[in-house]
Amino acid sequence: MLYILDQRLRAQNIPGDKARKDEWTEVDRKRVLNDIISTMFNRKFMEELFKPQELYSKKALRTVYERLAHASIMKLNQASMDKLYDLMTMAFKYQVLLCPRPKDVLLVTFNHLDTIKGFIQDSPTILQQVDETFRQLTEIYGGLSAGEFQLIRQTLLIFFQDLHIRVSMFLKDKVQNNNGRFVLPVSGPVPWGTEVPGLIRMFNNKGEEVKRIEFKHGGNYVPAPKEGSFELYGDRVLKLGTNMYSVNRPVETHMSGSSKNLASRTQESIAPNPLAKEELNFLARLMGGMEIKKPSGPEPGFRLNLFTTDEEEEQAALTRPEELSYEVINIQATQDQQRSEELARIMGEFEIMEQPRLSTSKGDDLLAMMDEL
Amino acid sequence: MYESNGYTMVYWHALDSGDASPGTFITGVLVLAIGTWSGRVLVFDIPAKGPNIVLSEELAGHQTPITDIATEPAQGQDCVADMVTADDSGLLCVWRSGPEFTLLTRIPGFGVPCPSVQLWQGIIAAGYGNGQVHLYEAATGNLHVQINAHARAICALDLAPEVGKLLSAGEDTFVHIWKLSRSPESGYIEVEHCHGECVSDTQLCGARFCDSSGSSFAVTGYDLAEIRRFSSV
Repeated sequence: MLYILDQRLRAQNIPGDKARKDEWTEVDRKRVLNDIISTMFNRKFMEELFKPQELYSKKALRTVYERLAHASIMKLNQASMDKLYDLMTMAFKYQVLLCPRPKDVLLVTFNHLDTIKGFIQDSPTILQQVDETFRQLTEIYGGLSAGEFQLIRQTLLIFFQDLHIRVSMFLKDKVQNNNGRFVLPVSGPVPWGTEVPGLIRMFNNKGEEVKRIEFKHGGNYVPAPKEGSFELYGDRVLKLGTNMYSVNRPVETHMSGSSKNLASRTQESIAPNPLAKEELNFLARLMGGMEIKKPSGPEPGFRLNLFTTDEEEEQAALTRPEELSYEVINIQATQDQQRSEELARIMGEFEIMEQPRLSTSKGDDLLAMMDEL
Repeated sequence: MYESNGYTMVYWHALDSGDASPGTFITGVLVLAIGTWSGRVLVFDIPAKGPNIVLSEELAGHQTPITDIATEPAQGQDCVADMVTADDSGLLCVWRSGPEFTLLTRIPGFGVPCPSVQLWQGIIAAGYGNGQVHLYEAATGNLHVQINAHARAICALDLAPEVGKLLSAGEDTFVHIWKLSRSPESGYIEVEHCHGECVSDTQLCGARFCDSSGSSFAVTGYDLAEIRRFSSV
């Protein structure tokens, strides 16, 4: 998310002295990134994230990210937020899928953290928060076995299953096919700990090698150069998870409606979720952990457009395929009074810069607030 | 457990909460073994007739989740293994059946899971998370063949018992077919590579021979809504 926002804000940068009141400057960009990063790495929020828990539903995760993206003066229209989320999920799916060995998901995470530290090098307090997160990741995940990492990786892959949104940058770089599937190369270095395929060794009863045969594997692999570092600072070796915008490139997605998989998606939104209450509680605590900075005085909300023009953004909103529409969490406010009150309290702590609504009851208020998320 | 037509449930067994997991299981002739997340292997006796299924033993041998179980009908000789269990740490336990199961030998792991294991004529074939296939002598637990077969984790192994063909599928998009045999002089296990197939851009999840002569096989993969079937012409 930060890579995309950073790139998009840079693309819309106007030099400070030339900028009009409603145009982005370098100072604004840094501020937005600082605000979002410090909200994300806030201690209470991280504490909630690190508690052992089930993976969130797609709706819940989308809700959290929408909240995070609005942690600063930056505002996104629905179409831009949709596009941002599409890009984020496809990029992350790519990174998890292409991980050479399961433990590399941790290296990917460290690559993300390294780049994030680059965004906020001028802010020692936030740097400290990120380093603390690093330490926690190492403590909790550093000692897991290969089998446990495989389970984590497969759980993540299941979450991203059947998502085939075509991203023009991936299509251009030939890492994604026209049908939305990622290219899995059969060449390059093997994962650390794996041998290059093609050799058969045979042993006798004493364990001595007695014969050696080669066979044609079909791929074109080379040995792994070295293992990536899991230290606070170090050469990660792996490129997955680094900033994909090394050059300025336009940020586009193509909406590829995967009609074949329509059935499975409809299934998800219709079937009542028996864990809904549990999840709502997690969400409430997570949101409660987010400390959104409130601006000191009246400030205009700057709008960021993920598309090239306003017209394009409007058009995207109108033509978004039904099966790709994201739903955000809707609470049945009337059903559980206590839960609603808890959420209302937390939501009340967030600054919401909308016009006051006409409401008939507290429940309606809450529902309306969640709908607006 | 259901009748083979899928209509009638004949038995159910609740796992302890500590055991809940997708266990892997293979039906033997009269015995059903189910591996659990805790590492325990539950053994059920299945009568020839009727639904009187009974939990007869719990085998202790593994400390990490069971990934696969392979069985072979007893060959009536001494020290012949009937069952191999594999787990997330790569450990293999070799068992002989009887009134109770006896642990014959343990083959330690080496830091990667063993997602799939097969047993054929006293040969244990094990596929590992680092892409290697190992062939062990079941009676002794000795490693006789080590194949650098895949560039990513192996997801499935299957056997065509009629001809001694082994199929390995990996997350590297490849399927390989191997011919198992024994050297006529030494009796040691040998292997020959028969065929390799690349299923483009598909991280394979499962693979099976479609017939016991190994002339066709089918695969499934991540994000793949189809089952792809390959036949030799």
